[in-house]
Amino acid sequence: MTLLIGSLQLGFLYSIMVMGIYISFRILNIPDLTTEGSFTFGLAFSTIITVGGHPLLALAASALAGAAAGVVTGLLQTKLDIHPVLAGILTMSGLYSINLFVMGGASNVTLLNSVTVFGMLQDLFPGMSKDAGKLVISIAAALLVLLILVLFFKTSLGLSIRATGDNADMVRASSINVDAVKMTALALSNACIGLSGGLIAQYQSFADINSGVGILVVGLASVIIGETFLRKRTVTVGFISAIVGSIVYRYIIAIATKSNFFPAYMLKLVSAVIVAIALAVPAIRISYGEWRLKRRGLSQSKGGGKDA
Amino acid sequence: MLDIVNATKIFAKGTPNEHKALDRLSLSLKEGEFVTILGSNGAGKSTLFNAICGNFLLDEGGVFLDGRYISHLPEYKRASVIGRLFQDPMRGTAPNLTIEENLALAYSKNTRGRFRFAISGKDRELFREELSRFDMGLEDRMTTRIGLLSGGQRQVVTLLMSTIVTPRLLLLDEHTAALDPATADKVMAITNDIVSSRNLTTLMITHNIGQALNTGSRTIMMDEGNIIFDFDAEARAHMTVSELMDMYSEKKKAAFDTDRMLFS
Repeated sequence: MTLLIGSLQLGFLYSIMVMGIYISFRILNIPDLTTEGSFTFGLAFSTIITVGGHPLLALAASALAGAAAGVVTGLLQTKLDIHPVLAGILTMSGLYSINLFVMGGASNVTLLNSVTVFGMLQDLFPGMSKDAGKLVISIAAALLVLLILVLFFKTSLGLSIRATGDNADMVRASSINVDAVKMTALALSNACIGLSGGLIAQYQSFADINSGVGILVVGLASVIIGETFLRKRTVTVGFISAIVGSIVYRYIIAIATKSNFFPAYMLKLVSAVIVAIALAVPAIRISYGEWRLKRRGLSQSKGGGKDA
Repeated sequence: MLDIVNATKIFAKGTPNEHKALDRLSLSLKEGEFVTILGSNGAGKSTLFNAICGNFLLDEGGVFLDGRYISHLPEYKRASVIGRLFQDPMRGTAPNLTIEENLALAYSKNTRGRFRFAISGKDRELFREELSRFDMGLEDRMTTRIGLLSGGQRQVVTLLMSTIVTPRLLLLDEHTAALDPATADKVMAITNDIVSSRNLTTLMITHNIGQALNTGSRTIMMDEGNIIFDFDAEARAHMTVSELMDMYSEKKKAAFDTDRMLFS
């Protein structure tokens, strides 16, 4: 039971990160490796400010920190013309040092003696069970971000971001600064990822410098899993499918670890395999179709040869 | 209103592949003038358009629009007053966005608010009305993804996108060349209609000499990065395709002869 609720809580909290990845990966069409750094960046900021006694401010700071990381990657990509994947890797690597600096040089910081947003809700409603409180905050945070993103992508700026991922030339021809649009999108994407990291830090009551390792693959896997449940049609459906995917991903992991199907350290490999298979599906579908066509063509031309 | 002064562009400068794409080219357009541009491949026609739109900086010379020096403005800023269509119908539209979303993006040149909703009911009405004028049934498919349209339909939508906010200058780069003859005629008719009804200053590149002589009010011919002929409406009126061809080969032959003299 705790496993079921725990997975649901984590699913919603991580879904904010997954929505961020949806922006860069699906809308902007860039696999943004900044994620690995910006998640921990948000987590580190959240931890330090929560230790200082401001858990709500900590969440705002983690979103801003993520956005700043996104802007750096955006600058590297647009103004300095560095390959998008490499730009993300550079920011991610640089952030590792910065994150350690934010956490005061420690690779682990505990929040057990500090008041988190989850603790604050507990104090407000003493009657509520601990798990219910955590679930309420997780759902509220995910839905709030969902609402903001859905509204944002209905604006002119949101439309320019979608068009930039589709045909940047056309956006430029519409007299829109493509570089600025890309930077905005990356800032927004990484703000979500940073906020997700900030929430996770307060949820698990500790920060670890390696929390972000492999998070991009987790996010991609969640996006892809979500899309198998909801056919990607509009951006709104896309964001909802990101949340669904995140929750389903957490359940897959819960079931896998619970059933001793494979040891916990295999999780990253399993995630990577899920993503690889999902990304390969279109190519496999095409080559299977071609193989069938060739076989049919071969048998038909053999028949034709006999007739003639 | 458009003045190009002494425009020079050299690609791969200082290498054995050095190529003078524009060679001290000067051109002046009056308000409302519709100029057709002829020239063989590599004559510098598209380079001229790129220079006007700002894909690169000129090595020498400058571009003035309405007396304003625009040679140093970035491409996206110039795009607010310059509309451009390419030969490839895929270039001007975002395939995964719907017709109305594409139009809304082009229309946002007009409405500067980045945080207003992209498409209002009023915008939708306007798009529907503009699309219905083309008589292609596009007004009933406003929520169709552009990628599902045919090349001709996409080119018509692109044409509407580049003129929905009236540009100061319209550049047409062989925009009917990739279409079948019937569709090309239709798109050309729509183009003529839009240009004349809004009195747009227009430059059009074409390889169809007959079309070049019949369309617009002036025809220029380019060769090796410069203008070799410039016919106003009156000079064009008496010109036939074969006469123009003769003049062109005459000119090329003269150039060839001087080359031969040089190298012999």
